[in-house]
Amino acid sequence: MPVNGQIKIVTLKVNGKDVSARADQTILQVCRENEVFIPTLCHLEGLSNIGACRLCMVEVAGQKKLLPACTTTVNEGMEITTTTDRLGHYRRMILELIFSERNHTCSVCVSNNYCELQFLSQKLGIDHIRVPYRFPKFNVDASHPYFVLDHNRCILCTRCVRVCDEIEGAHVWDVSGRGIQARVITELNQPWGSAETCTQCGKCVNVCPVGALSDKGRSVAENKKRSEFLPYLTQRRREKI
Amino acid sequence: MKAKIATTWLDGCSGCHMSFLDMDERILAIADRIELVYSPLVDFKTFPDQVDVTIVEGAVASVDDLNKIKKIRKHTRFLVALGDCAINANVPSMRNPIPVEQIINRAYVENAVIHDELPKHPALPDLLARVMPVHEVVKVDVFIPGCPPSNDTIFYAVAELLDGRIPDLTDKTRFGA
Repeated sequence: MPVNGQIKIVTLKVNGKDVSARADQTILQVCRENEVFIPTLCHLEGLSNIGACRLCMVEVAGQKKLLPACTTTVNEGMEITTTTDRLGHYRRMILELIFSERNHTCSVCVSNNYCELQFLSQKLGIDHIRVPYRFPKFNVDASHPYFVLDHNRCILCTRCVRVCDEIEGAHVWDVSGRGIQARVITELNQPWGSAETCTQCGKCVNVCPVGALSDKGRSVAENKKRSEFLPYLTQRRREKI
Repeated sequence: MKAKIATTWLDGCSGCHMSFLDMDERILAIADRIELVYSPLVDFKTFPDQVDVTIVEGAVASVDDLNKIKKIRKHTRFLVALGDCAINANVPSMRNPIPVEQIINRAYVENAVIHDELPKHPALPDLLARVMPVHEVVKVDVFIPGCPPSNDTIFYAVAELLDGRIPDLTDKTRFGA
């Protein structure tokens, strides 16, 4: 946010500590810069923020409702708290509901050991899911020559949708249905293998935080994702290198 | 007085029991402090009246599992769910989206090379409509995730319990570990 050619700087408090930030930064960016941990799943540096997973909710003094750190920009004098009993309660509940909604079965997942959902649940101290599992019936789309889509593992973060649209520019992915019926789909719900718009770049696979998208032929605990490429790619685009 | 410990094995692969045994000589230190009153590892046929800690491996998948775990809970002071099957029903629950009749039929009729008929012996327990984690059926006091939890994790958890503490396993294990 340049003012008279200068970038406006604000000062604020994060967990009682004074920090300074550019006025156009989000709470999440400022916290990460200052090594304050905030859990996220739908956020990924290099993609647009949509505030969908609600894991990054923080408390801001003077605000009754919780605010998503990834889509809220900082203000002068803001007082942010990132860990409270209330936040911990909601964050754990969100993860437990994600686990209960589909069939994650970490022990036999391609992304075991590399999964953001698995790591976050450990970090937030989840050792069991208090709500009953739904055990829905979902298919696996293995029609693509290089990649596999397993709806059983999907958490609907929509990183695949965004990376394909915003970075690759192909827009193969969308979300169909609402609520519990929602699913990611390729090319208006055609099998992935027949999607003519798919460039087979694999960006969607590498940004997927869980085992929903994987490289074909990978077995249990073999699918390490490489999402590091994204910030470089977006920066290069921005600077037109 | 030695702590009375029991272990049981519901719908699981026995990998958690194997991991337990895998703690090598450390098991001797534990053995000195406990009395193993019921377990697949020993030969007692009935579950005792009063048990201090029961460690459960496996999910609740059959009528037999269901009766067993209810009885165990009644006679156990402290119930420990060991491993992913006990905690989230894990691999056994992958049959849950499919109706039981269809599964039994597939196993004993469709894929049978000889004797293609459904098992009918009265000693065989019926499968439940869906496989459940232990805590969906009875109250569980401690959860030790992992598939299986490592021998270090199990040793730490058991030692903590014997010292009268609830083990904090956050940095030691997780689902699928």
